[in-house]
Amino acid sequence: MSEHYVILLVLVPLLASPLCIFSRNARAAWGFAVLACLTSLYLVFQVWAEVMATGPITYHIGDWAPPVGIEYRVDAVNAWVLLIVAVIGSVVAPYARVSVEREVEAGRIPLFYAAFLLCFTGLLGITVTGDVFNVFVFLEVSSLSAYGLIALGQDRRALTSAFRYLIMGSVGATFIVIGIGLMYVMTGSLNMADLAQLLPQVWDTRTIKVAYGFLAVGVFLKLALFPLHLWLPNAYTFAPSAVTAFIAATATKVAVYMLLRFFFTVFGAPFSFDVMRLDMVLLPLALVAIVTMSLVAIFQVNVKRLLAYSSVAQIGYMILGISFASVTGLTAALLHLFNHALMKGALFMCMGCVMYRIGSVHIDAMAGLGKRMPLTMAAFVVAGLSLVGVPLTVGFISKWYLILGALERGWWPVAILVLITSLMALVYVWRVVEVAYFQEFPHDEDTQEAPWALLIPMWALVLANVWFGIDARTTVASAEQAAQTLMGGAP
Amino acid sequence: MTPPALVLASLLIPALGTVFVLLLRKNPNAREAASLVTAGVLFGTVLRVYRAVMAGDRPAIVLAEPIPGIPIELEAEPLGVLFALIASFLWIVTTLYAIGYMRGHHEENQTRFYTFFAFAIASVMGVAFAGNLFTLFIFYEVLSLSTFPLVTHAGTEAAKRAGRIYLGVLFSTSIVFQLLAIIWTYAIAGTLDFTSGGILSGRAAAGVVPILLGLFVFGVGKAAVMPFHRWLPAAMVAPTPVSALLHAVAVVKAGVFSILKITVYIFGIDFLTQVGASVWLMWVAAATIILGSLVAFTKDNLKARLAYSTVSQLSYIVLGAMLANASGIIGGGMHIAMHAFGKITLFFCAGAIMVVAHKTEISQLKGLGRTMPVTFFAFFIGTLSIVGLPPAGGSWSKWFLGMGALEAGQVGLVAVLMLSSLLSLAYLMEIPLKGFFYAPDEAPHHEGVHEAPTPSLIAIVATAVACLILFVFPEPFYELMTLVVTP
Amino acid sequence: MTLLSHYNYWVVILLMMVGFYTMISRGNLIKKMVGLNVFQTSVFMLYISMGKIRGGTAPILMDAHGESSETAHVLYSNPLPHVLILTAIVVGIATTAVGLALIVRIKETYGSIEEDEINQIEAEGAA
Repeated sequence: MSEHYVILLVLVPLLASPLCIFSRNARAAWGFAVLACLTSLYLVFQVWAEVMATGPITYHIGDWAPPVGIEYRVDAVNAWVLLIVAVIGSVVAPYARVSVEREVEAGRIPLFYAAFLLCFTGLLGITVTGDVFNVFVFLEVSSLSAYGLIALGQDRRALTSAFRYLIMGSVGATFIVIGIGLMYVMTGSLNMADLAQLLPQVWDTRTIKVAYGFLAVGVFLKLALFPLHLWLPNAYTFAPSAVTAFIAATATKVAVYMLLRFFFTVFGAPFSFDVMRLDMVLLPLALVAIVTMSLVAIFQVNVKRLLAYSSVAQIGYMILGISFASVTGLTAALLHLFNHALMKGALFMCMGCVMYRIGSVHIDAMAGLGKRMPLTMAAFVVAGLSLVGVPLTVGFISKWYLILGALERGWWPVAILVLITSLMALVYVWRVVEVAYFQEFPHDEDTQEAPWALLIPMWALVLANVWFGIDARTTVASAEQAAQTLMGGAP
Repeated sequence: MTPPALVLASLLIPALGTVFVLLLRKNPNAREAASLVTAGVLFGTVLRVYRAVMAGDRPAIVLAEPIPGIPIELEAEPLGVLFALIASFLWIVTTLYAIGYMRGHHEENQTRFYTFFAFAIASVMGVAFAGNLFTLFIFYEVLSLSTFPLVTHAGTEAAKRAGRIYLGVLFSTSIVFQLLAIIWTYAIAGTLDFTSGGILSGRAAAGVVPILLGLFVFGVGKAAVMPFHRWLPAAMVAPTPVSALLHAVAVVKAGVFSILKITVYIFGIDFLTQVGASVWLMWVAAATIILGSLVAFTKDNLKARLAYSTVSQLSYIVLGAMLANASGIIGGGMHIAMHAFGKITLFFCAGAIMVVAHKTEISQLKGLGRTMPVTFFAFFIGTLSIVGLPPAGGSWSKWFLGMGALEAGQVGLVAVLMLSSLLSLAYLMEIPLKGFFYAPDEAPHHEGVHEAPTPSLIAIVATAVACLILFVFPEPFYELMTLVVTP
Repeated sequence: MTLLSHYNYWVVILLMMVGFYTMISRGNLIKKMVGLNVFQTSVFMLYISMGKIRGGTAPILMDAHGESSETAHVLYSNPLPHVLILTAIVVGIATTAVGLALIVRIKETYGSIEEDEINQIEAEGAA
């Protein structure tokens, strides 16, 4: 049985999704969603433990041997990303019930959970597969359901932002297909391990370089790398709170994983960094993203939008780590993948609580909330400090490795820039804190603390922020092993 | 308890104190008693650590390991014990003083005040007993955060603005300079442990050391080396006990203590002298000493004048560290103690004057010494200690600092020390002079004004007497400091 | 190898640019969707045309009655790209469906499917 875990972790949420639709009942659909997420989490955890203990696992779908058949292959890298997605999914799903009841029309709730599970399936599928075309299919599964989820937001602007995301996301996905097609033309293979063997013989052809370019742009669009991030702020702002928490913590992370998988495993680090000079593309884009997006975030009045811009900046940190092209840099990027999921998940969940009680996430509406919703705002402070990178939170661990990586390369101006932008994060987090704690609550009516159903999952993430900030041995070991796998070339 | 457990206990006791304070919030008398008892127990614990360390023990305990190879570790060594002794002793005195002050001044949110106060002390103990640079950095930042609610205690617009400056300066310097320097050190040395003789010797290139040292000196914003001193005057909006203990003793001393510790245990004084990396920073410190004194002259507000005096005096200790020889380090360490007792006396007096006579400006103090003779006499003794005149303890630290400057061959710095002593004599002596020898401006409106509330008065007398005792009995601190420089 | 010897690529590039341009330049949401479709179709063409071999036939076993020794010599087109594109077409249809559904909802709430009008309405709403 346990050898099938790799496929089951994708199949369970996929099959649970129609159950949600057929149940036609909000509570039942939610039950299926939570059950499916937790089952997946259990399977992912088993797979992760096995990979960490004994090395990569492969699974041949329908017992067709690769490279003809589709192969699922889990090594230290995707085991790590699977864990991120499954953990966040399993925290957001229980959180969703109360939040979604408030923000989504009753009749659409079963559909919401169906789309949620499909999105979850797609993200897990992208991560688990060892076949490049399969990546595209799962990418579209997750993206199409994400468009639907975003469009369920209360504000009508959710519709237009979902549409814009659809156009840009489809273009990105199509670019990825073009890149895959060109690789196939040159090698006749779609299997990642096989491609890694075959590609070095055709490195110097123009076709492969063009394929590389298409893949790069497609993936950059998906992970919202500056300046291809325009779809992100609106989509995050107007989506239902639970969706924002889920997508912000997972979708861009999986896109970063795609980047790592394509450029380190399939093409190999030597081709990416010695032939294509990927680092010289990533480094300036990452720096510009970090600085400009942090600046933009400072001036936002809608806190969800503020956090969305901060996400674009934080993605810049991950890309920055990748651009160092070293084990330390990659460790930083992979750590931040996990750590950013924890902090942004928690922060967007706070916004969900605020939305639940006062129906707005405008910064002025949050005046005095520190007294009215102490647990929610305390969570915001802790997760916000984690975003800044204060010691004893996970954000600090990421920053530590990122700066260590920069200093190893001798890029000390980059290290200074990272530190200065942490201060910018402090400014935008502090703006919210000041409003919440130093201004008086304007309304007369009693605004109370958010319900426990929202607080418990949120605080689980917040405490994870602190726990993995105080004892990061597990996370650092996993990220380091993954980084070494990536730098070592073929899986 | 075993010595490592004692070290841990000195962190936990004030942390537990916060819990008691919170539990007893309904009953102010019990709450303040809890504060006092906690402070007393803490001092007792630190004393036992002191005995262990003097017996040659170096108790250490690892709390957690956030990053593989970089644990959060507590270790008691002589310099840390010196700092912990001073902070924990003065906490008792300050609590006593605060009881009189906070009630006399009818402050609100007193529970919050005592809670965060105890919490700040817990982080001070963490700074004092940090076993490596990483642990030091963590408690340094926790200290900044836990004192923020104390600085903004009044909750007014001015307090909020001051809080922004406070946190802004302390965070930006510590994150941009200090953290960079720490990670850089780790990249060079592969470790962050405090080791006698330093960890950089033979590993860091000579050209890098001056820059790295500069990053540390400016990065420890709590040491208030110019131009990063603005937070200290800003923090004076806080209630006086906060200014007294935290911004004359605990927080600022945490800064200069960090610099001393980094100089001795990360760079190593022999290595620094050999490379000559600290010469430029000696002059930065010297400039801060003189400029701080000059700015203090221009301030009429009593607390502001004391704040700039602190800025100037802190750089004595930075200078001692940068001299990087035995006398300089001993002088710096002893000045931590001497300045602490002297400056806290001055702040206590300033607070007493404010609570009893409602005077905050120096020009309003004429003749007040006749109605508050004890307070003004204590102020006079504190002044002697700050200036470095016998029979007050401050003369010893000045002596060693001067020796250190001569040994380093920096005659110019000796002149700076002399000049600044004169300056501080002038700007501080003005206050007792005004108090005792000037006639009041108007008809005696000091009716009903007498000495400070009894608990506060006890505290004032205690610290003033301590200044005098330290002149004849400075050995404990001297012995600890010789242990620091002779490994 | 002349300029036109790989004319299929030219067709693909032309279609791709037409689709891309439509998507960027048109303000009408339906036209944007059509542009996206044309853009995706060009990629389908790319895949299918690369599977074709001159003189090759459909990849079907010729001699079903046991004379299998001949089959090895039959030249046939690579079927895999076709299969892939079958999947991609399904994905493309799904995308179009979601896009059109969104356009219907946009029309219902904004009363328009012109991008500049929608932007104007949103700007007024925000002000």
